[in-house]
Amino acid sequence: MLVIVDYGAGNLGSIQNMLLKVGATSVISADESVINSASKLLLPGIGAFDNCMEKFNGSGLRDIMETKVNKEKTPLMGICVGLQMLMENSEEGEMDGLGWIGGKVVAFDKQKMAEQHKVPNMGWLEVKTVKDSKLTTALTDARFYFAHSFHVVVDNPADKLLVAEYGYEFVAAIERDNIIGVQFHPEKSHRFGMQLLKNFVTNF
Amino acid sequence: MRRIRVIPVLLISKGGLVKSVKFKNYKYVGDPINAVKIFNEKGTDEMVILDIDATRENRSPNFEMIKEIASEAFMPMAYGGGISSVEEIKKLFNLGVEKIILNNAAVHDPSLVTNAAGLAGSQSVVVSIDVKKNMFGKYRVYTRNGTENTNNDPVEFAHKMQRAGAGEIFLNAIDRDGTYSGYDGDLVKKVSSGLSIPLIACGGAADINDLCFAVEQGASAVAAGSMFVFQRPHQAVLINYPAENELKEKLFQIH
Repeated sequence: MLVIVDYGAGNLGSIQNMLLKVGATSVISADESVINSASKLLLPGIGAFDNCMEKFNGSGLRDIMETKVNKEKTPLMGICVGLQMLMENSEEGEMDGLGWIGGKVVAFDKQKMAEQHKVPNMGWLEVKTVKDSKLTTALTDARFYFAHSFHVVVDNPADKLLVAEYGYEFVAAIERDNIIGVQFHPEKSHRFGMQLLKNFVTNF
Repeated sequence: MRRIRVIPVLLISKGGLVKSVKFKNYKYVGDPINAVKIFNEKGTDEMVILDIDATRENRSPNFEMIKEIASEAFMPMAYGGGISSVEEIKKLFNLGVEKIILNNAAVHDPSLVTNAAGLAGSQSVVVSIDVKKNMFGKYRVYTRNGTENTNNDPVEFAHKMQRAGAGEIFLNAIDRDGTYSGYDGDLVKKVSSGLSIPLIACGGAADINDLCFAVEQGASAVAAGSMFVFQRPHQAVLINYPAENELKEKLFQIH
């Protein structure tokens, strides 16, 4: 069973709608036993980093999530701030991230960007695949919808899956073993988002 | 190549999709859900949905209708119309709306912009600014479908909204609305030049050359109503959207 983790932050309805569109039923849940029985997990996140971390830590779901993801190796997809939460920390806030992936979250560096690149980065960007993955099957010339002011920097370059360019190249998606994170919103990236979620549902 | 968002604006009145000229003469265009489905198929970047009755009728957003539209929109969707509280904003995000658009409330209660940004982040908060020239030829910010002059200067107001936490400015030139006379380049330039957040230009677009012009004047994204719902010259209803290769050849070439 596909479970969208409801810890109190994120656009859960949109993700469920899009999954349904690709033929996958899912449940939105904050229930430990439901999460325990999940075959795949989606971790959404929207808004401020600290707000998401506070809510996640306060949800009582952190232990079961650690077990599922790090011990049982259940496939997990973090979306937007859900990706950022996987890192060790963020320039946006004071709180620690989950630290499941080595690296940090940084603000877009305006010094390195031309004036036309406003922040937040809001819009569609084409992505470049930097390693082979079952997540990117049948995704050629893909573009995705982004809405963010911060992006992740990973310690281990092998964790990078997709990169995009906004003023400079940044990490658009990561993959290590069972852990996937995407900075963009697949649930709002019409046919490309559908294909990516379909890949997650069927290939993992 | 720089991808520029191209955004259809759908006006909702009495449950139907309508289109105006200069914020007047509303013409019924069809069913909003149907239009959203067609825009989905066409791979549209993003959509703006505005309920133009809500503020005038002094009521909250029509959550049932928004839910229905959001569940069919597989692209980002921004909603505006009748939003006046954080509770309503929370509800809209839960329904699957990506961005909320504040207009009248942003003028009268800028703290709502700040609170909305605190709730969901600046990237989810758009302030729409409807602008018309007054009798002395000065640009002024209007609310209530262009009927109420707030006497605010749009440049100053846009900066105030940026400071308050808005993540984006949706700039609509009332006198260009539905006229196919092109964007108000002077206005776009004035408002966008000092802003650090993106500006979406709206009002007057007839074709892709107009879209290019707005970007050259400083717009980060371009929006239009009539261009995407009518076919000229006879104004027959035809939901349409520029093809990817046409956008790549022209609009995305602008630096």
